[in-house]
Amino acid sequence: MRYLRVISLRTWIILLILTGIAAVFMLPVIFIISTAFKPMSELFLYPPRFLVQNPTMQNFTDFMQAAEAAIVPFSRFLFNSVVVTGASVVIALLFSSTCAYAFSKMNFPGKGWLFSMVIISLMFAPEAVVITRFLIVSQLGIINTYFGHILPQVAVPVGVFLMKQFMDQIPTSLSEAARIEGAGEFDIYRRIIMPNVMPAVGTVMIIVFQGVWMDTSSSVLFMTDEAMRTLPYFITTLTDGVVAGVARQGAAAAAGLIMFLPNFLIFAVMQKSMIETMVNSGIK
Amino acid sequence: MIRIARKPKPEKYRPTLGETWIEMRKNKLAYIFIAPFMVCFVIFIVLPVLSATVLSFTQFDSISRPQFIGLRNFMDILTRDLLLMTHVIPNTFIFAVAVGPIGYALQFILAWLINCVPKRLKVIYTMAIYLPSIAGGVLISVVFTVFFSGDRLGHLNRLLLNLGMIVEPIAWTTDRDYLLLVMIIVTIWGSMGVGFLSLFAGMQNVDEQLYEAGRIDGIRNAFQELIHITIPQMKPQMLFSAVMSIVGALRAGQIGVQLSGQNPTPEYAGQLWQNHIEDFGFQRFELGYATALSFVLLLFTYAITRLCFRFLGAKEDE
Repeated sequence: MRYLRVISLRTWIILLILTGIAAVFMLPVIFIISTAFKPMSELFLYPPRFLVQNPTMQNFTDFMQAAEAAIVPFSRFLFNSVVVTGASVVIALLFSSTCAYAFSKMNFPGKGWLFSMVIISLMFAPEAVVITRFLIVSQLGIINTYFGHILPQVAVPVGVFLMKQFMDQIPTSLSEAARIEGAGEFDIYRRIIMPNVMPAVGTVMIIVFQGVWMDTSSSVLFMTDEAMRTLPYFITTLTDGVVAGVARQGAAAAAGLIMFLPNFLIFAVMQKSMIETMVNSGIK
Repeated sequence: MIRIARKPKPEKYRPTLGETWIEMRKNKLAYIFIAPFMVCFVIFIVLPVLSATVLSFTQFDSISRPQFIGLRNFMDILTRDLLLMTHVIPNTFIFAVAVGPIGYALQFILAWLINCVPKRLKVIYTMAIYLPSIAGGVLISVVFTVFFSGDRLGHLNRLLLNLGMIVEPIAWTTDRDYLLLVMIIVTIWGSMGVGFLSLFAGMQNVDEQLYEAGRIDGIRNAFQELIHITIPQMKPQMLFSAVMSIVGALRAGQIGVQLSGQNPTPEYAGQLWQNHIEDFGFQRFELGYATALSFVLLLFTYAITRLCFRFLGAKEDE
């Protein structure tokens, strides 16, 4: 702790303020962990306590029971979620990295305006055109299929943008040299560029994973068959409305924690590469 | 005084169509590389935007063929949609201003504060503030419905009752006076995402030597440092972050429905533009009118983003 001694008074004040703010930001996270382990008696306790006193696993078994009792078994929702998220992440990474490679390291007519189209699309949230998206998905006949979940999610403009920015940092001479040696474009992409942009790959992976793993909109919009919907949708049905309220609170918190854990773990592992990537995120 | 002569702009060489074709064939591999992304991009992003533009000039109920009606949908938006004028526009405006500029300023201030602390502590604070944003809508709705619960069991009510600030528990998420406020707080809570990380990373990356040079040139306090060195240096990251904030504010459209558990929200107190679109699209099946609403929303977003580019973007001729 030697480095703490050289801190000035100003820094101490900032540290104090920041600790307060960070605590406020952490509240929901602490709350969900705490609620997930609360026994029923503490959920109904008056006055309510913020933190758990006697942690139990009751909520998790409750959640599993509620899940078993549902018409569609929990395992089906979980399976759907894993398939959809896994496929979306892999495909989105593949598509955005190849596209970013062409934008960064190759020259072709139309490159300029195609890339500015990608930039412009950064500012169009797909939510704004939800109706025509729905019409297109239904025209393609992929309602109630895994394609209906996956395909609309794999075009990630932010992913292309971040990867392209990162690839721009790799000196062109590297790929030029390989080209002179006779390496094909695909080899250069796979052997030279990709190993050097792993932080960006990690970042895009996090972004896509979080987007898809937590997404309820494609379950609501593109799926009419209950058995094709995903885990986050199922959890929202648990807490639907205030009516279900306190009774299901514990089970919902347990489910929420289960959903949140993979997100947290991936970010904890990759946060360094994420910040490294964000340095290059500027739009010039 | 020395005047620097402006470099004459080089005449841009315009290739003929034939030359372009040859160039394209020479680089056909590049098109193979971009094709998978571009195909999905066009189908699921470009096409929805374009078809929304076309449909907004029609009357369409999703069963019979769309009928061209010119600008009538837009006239209706301006003159006949009472709900839009009395609730949706004021709500959306307040929500957007609070979550957009204020949320953005908060992101910047937090990134700046974190930048001031010793290196080893930075990561911890960044993690703590970033975490709620990865928790996502599901978790937020689970946590906050309980936190803002309307009875005595709600934690906020409990706290305020204890402090003696209120006498009766307040139905935060179903009372029209409070719903919008709760929506704003919850959204800002979860909005410190990629944009915030970008700001943070950009600030870390400012060259230390610039600060030293600044001190020699007479910069005295941290505020001057911020205005004259940090902000000009990280404009690109600020722009990216601004774009992310704008899109984030748009995406948060469902929050009112999630919190109150009702659609439409109680007395339309939390009805945002986004909910209005879905109301007309999926409940009343007036798809022409709904897409006209989408079109206006896109236009607004585009205008605001252009404004951000004006302030933060590189100049066109650089």
